[in-house]
Amino acid sequence: MFVFQIGFAMRHFNKIWLFFLLAGLSGSAAAQVIVKGTVKDHKNNPIAGASISIKDSYDGGTSDSSGRYSFKTSEKGTKILVVSYIGYKSIEQPIKLEGSPITIDASLKEEISELTAVVLTAGTFEASDRKRASAVLDPIDIVTTASANGDITGALKTLPGAQQVGESEGLYVRGGTAAETKTFIDGTLVNNFFYSSVPNIAQFGRFSPFIFKGTVFSTGGYSALYGQALSSALILESIDLPEQSSANLGITVLSANAGYQHLAKNKQSSWGVSYGYTDLALAFAVIKQKQDYSKVPAYHNADANFRIKTSKTGILKYYGYLSSNKLGFTSNSIDSLGYFDKFAISTTNSYHNLAWKENLSKRWKVNTGVSYTNNKDEINSGMQDAGKNDVVLSGLEFKKFHLDTKGNYFNAKLVLEKKLKGLSAIRFGTEYNFSNDKLVYTAFNGQKFPSGLKEHIKSLFAEADVYATNDLALKGGLRFEHSSILDKTNIAPRLSLAYKLGKGSQASLAYGIFYQNPERRYLPSPNELSFMKATHYIVQYQKVLNQQSFRAEVFYKKYHNLVKTGNTGFTEAAINNNGFGDAKGIEFFWRDKKTIKNFDYWISYSYLDTKRDFLNFPFAITPNFAAKHTASVVTKKFSQKLKMNFNASYNYSSGRPYYNIGYDGSQYKFNDRGMIPDYHNVSFAINYLPFIGKQHPKSYAVYVFQVSNIFNIKQTYGYQYSYNGYRKEAIVPTSRMFVFIGAFISFGVDRSDEVINNSM
Amino acid sequence: MKKGFFVFLASCMMTVTFAQSEKYIKAMEALVPAVDTTRTMEGLTELSNSFERIANAEKTQWLPYYYAALCQVNMANSYFQLQQLDKIDPIMEKAEPLLIKAEELEKNNSEIFCLKKMFNTGKMMADPMNRYMTYGPAASQALETAKGLDAGNPRVYLLEGIDKYYTPEQYGGSKTQGKELFAEAAKKLGTFKPASSIHPSWGASQVKYFLTLE
Repeated sequence: MFVFQIGFAMRHFNKIWLFFLLAGLSGSAAAQVIVKGTVKDHKNNPIAGASISIKDSYDGGTSDSSGRYSFKTSEKGTKILVVSYIGYKSIEQPIKLEGSPITIDASLKEEISELTAVVLTAGTFEASDRKRASAVLDPIDIVTTASANGDITGALKTLPGAQQVGESEGLYVRGGTAAETKTFIDGTLVNNFFYSSVPNIAQFGRFSPFIFKGTVFSTGGYSALYGQALSSALILESIDLPEQSSANLGITVLSANAGYQHLAKNKQSSWGVSYGYTDLALAFAVIKQKQDYSKVPAYHNADANFRIKTSKTGILKYYGYLSSNKLGFTSNSIDSLGYFDKFAISTTNSYHNLAWKENLSKRWKVNTGVSYTNNKDEINSGMQDAGKNDVVLSGLEFKKFHLDTKGNYFNAKLVLEKKLKGLSAIRFGTEYNFSNDKLVYTAFNGQKFPSGLKEHIKSLFAEADVYATNDLALKGGLRFEHSSILDKTNIAPRLSLAYKLGKGSQASLAYGIFYQNPERRYLPSPNELSFMKATHYIVQYQKVLNQQSFRAEVFYKKYHNLVKTGNTGFTEAAINNNGFGDAKGIEFFWRDKKTIKNFDYWISYSYLDTKRDFLNFPFAITPNFAAKHTASVVTKKFSQKLKMNFNASYNYSSGRPYYNIGYDGSQYKFNDRGMIPDYHNVSFAINYLPFIGKQHPKSYAVYVFQVSNIFNIKQTYGYQYSYNGYRKEAIVPTSRMFVFIGAFISFGVDRSDEVINNSM
Repeated sequence: MKKGFFVFLASCMMTVTFAQSEKYIKAMEALVPAVDTTRTMEGLTELSNSFERIANAEKTQWLPYYYAALCQVNMANSYFQLQQLDKIDPIMEKAEPLLIKAEELEKNNSEIFCLKKMFNTGKMMADPMNRYMTYGPAASQALETAKGLDAGNPRVYLLEGIDKYYTPEQYGGSKTQGKELFAEAAKKLGTFKPASSIHPSWGASQVKYFLTLE
């Protein structure tokens, strides 16, 4: 065997020798070949820094600022030349290296990628860590905006499009009511996003901003995935697995809370629980309130969550929430001097959300979720005399009542997505919203009026994202809804488009039709009702360059089929869908993190011109929730030396109209009308983060000191009238200035962003 | 005689493989010293492209991937100094797969963990307020691992020194301690023996620069 091998080698020896000889000769004898050319993009602009190489060899070059390149190679024969540059598609081209210089010019096409592609931004504000054009806010902005008081919608009110309405909760967007804004968590509708309404006192959102990693606030023209909202969609995405296990404690002048998050050792799953108790007794003892509280607001909140990675890309998330709260107060009665109006509410609410997302094979993706809400409100209203004894006054019997409401809501959503070439994709799915509201109204004489309402809304939707190039993106969608209570269907088309104008600048357009059921309080109606409808037209210009962003947006919104109410004897009830209206305006947003080091600010301004004829309005008027001019300035300054964050904000709104509309027996007419004064609010917050810069700190403490309405400016939200219409009284905040002090400590994980009380 | 031929043949074969790696080493030797001296964007781009060509041709050598990624990270640092923060992410997007390739080919190498530290710090610098919680710990962990793998690596002390030097005092930074670490890095550079002529040995010019700082 060995001999055979040697023999084989010997026989071939000559050939091998010859090979080496030739190789050596050719190496020394032949001159190197020069390869040169220019690299340009599809617009014929030179590309500097492109890599030009001969495949599987070391030889190649880099293009200079004019796109030119030139290099020598000792490779021979037919080879493949590769031209590549970041953000562009590489090209490969065969070349023949035969001694004479060759010139190869290359034109590279841009790769369609998330980093460079134009983004559909018309009507959209995004707060997320994704570096894209629509992300004008960072997640942390939600909690470090001084006027926000740690409330998600508080921060969003500093953005253009939202009104500074203080007498009731919710987002009033572009001439729309708060009911025209719907909130979604992980895709599914949230039914009781805010604590139950209290007359003339805006309530907070139920959910801590810290359970969300992404916030999209759409002021119009949003995707076909969302419906049943005439004006706006607030789309929240919950956090995934925590970075590590941790325990945290918070103590403030208003509340105490404790929580624990556990991350499994393999980092594939986590669970967490927390409990918080809020009691405003201490705060109300120091800061005088307008109302006299018989039951100072107290809240118990508990939540639990688990998150399980179902694959490399998939995650199953559960979030459950339980709360119970009570409050009761009396205030001087406007209807009868010397008497008091009494109001008390107690609420229990539970919310459960289960969501699953997963990337399937062949570029398919599934996003699905279900949520269930149970809400019980018990409201007691009445009057008291000077000695605080319950009384029933003749002619004002209606002021004494008891209201029991029970709501059960179930929502489910399924979205399937198929990614096509580049960033293009199609998406389709279905949504189901079920609500069961039960209500018992007990009148002053003990007579009970029960009512109930069940509603099923079934929806189908489909949309397509088309990215022809990095410069042009288009999203078209259709949504189809059926409401069981109206027994009607609607089809809503949506369209948006974005075009890149230059480096960092883009123009966007959005159009869409939006439908919404009449509010539940007008259902069931003795008269046949149909969907209310709004049509949006939005044009936007945006420029984002290195830490600075500018946005200007013009919009027009047309309302059709708004609900009109009429007097049906005792009460006001919906009579038809003949209401209408429109809203138009222009909005600006400017954010700058660059000009001054460690100083970040944004300015937003909205001009709104809107009129509508709905509910009991005698004719089309500017509604009482719409101000012509709204502006905010938000500033954030971080001092490294002091380890402190200084956040200040100023909110302004020009006077809103107010009306007292009364029924004179045949029609609705104005008994009184006017304008409330301009609204100003300056808030200030200091956060102290002593652990910053410590190597391996064991605990992370954040101390918060915050003052709202620091200059103690009188703010008027509107007027309320006595039943007979003779007396009016300003609706003002429950206290002018408010001071908040708190400490938050986390063990094991950095929660420095958790700077404001999350149970507030 | 037969045996003699075999030996001759075997030595011929050896020459073939050796010649190939000699070509590799020669190409690398021509580029590696430039890593310590190249500061311009154009120069770094060109250098990175050259390393990447070698990496793609060789496929099994970690060093060209490592150097290509290092040049990209150095570019990101330059953009940080120019405060062109929006340029950092696209560059890091190019550096990341190169870094991953290097680590696939060479596990548990102190130099790669040093580069990982630089990569994470660079990513953090693009948006410190929002990223320090994720990229900050990743950076310091990478540096700790690098030190654990080779306490004699001068680049560990250089990177530690830069951190200390530029961190304000109330955050645990110290110019004096930074300087001490630069001096330590200089000392280590004096005794450090790279595994070969093309293994990482950079840092001298930076250390010299930092030692002249006040």
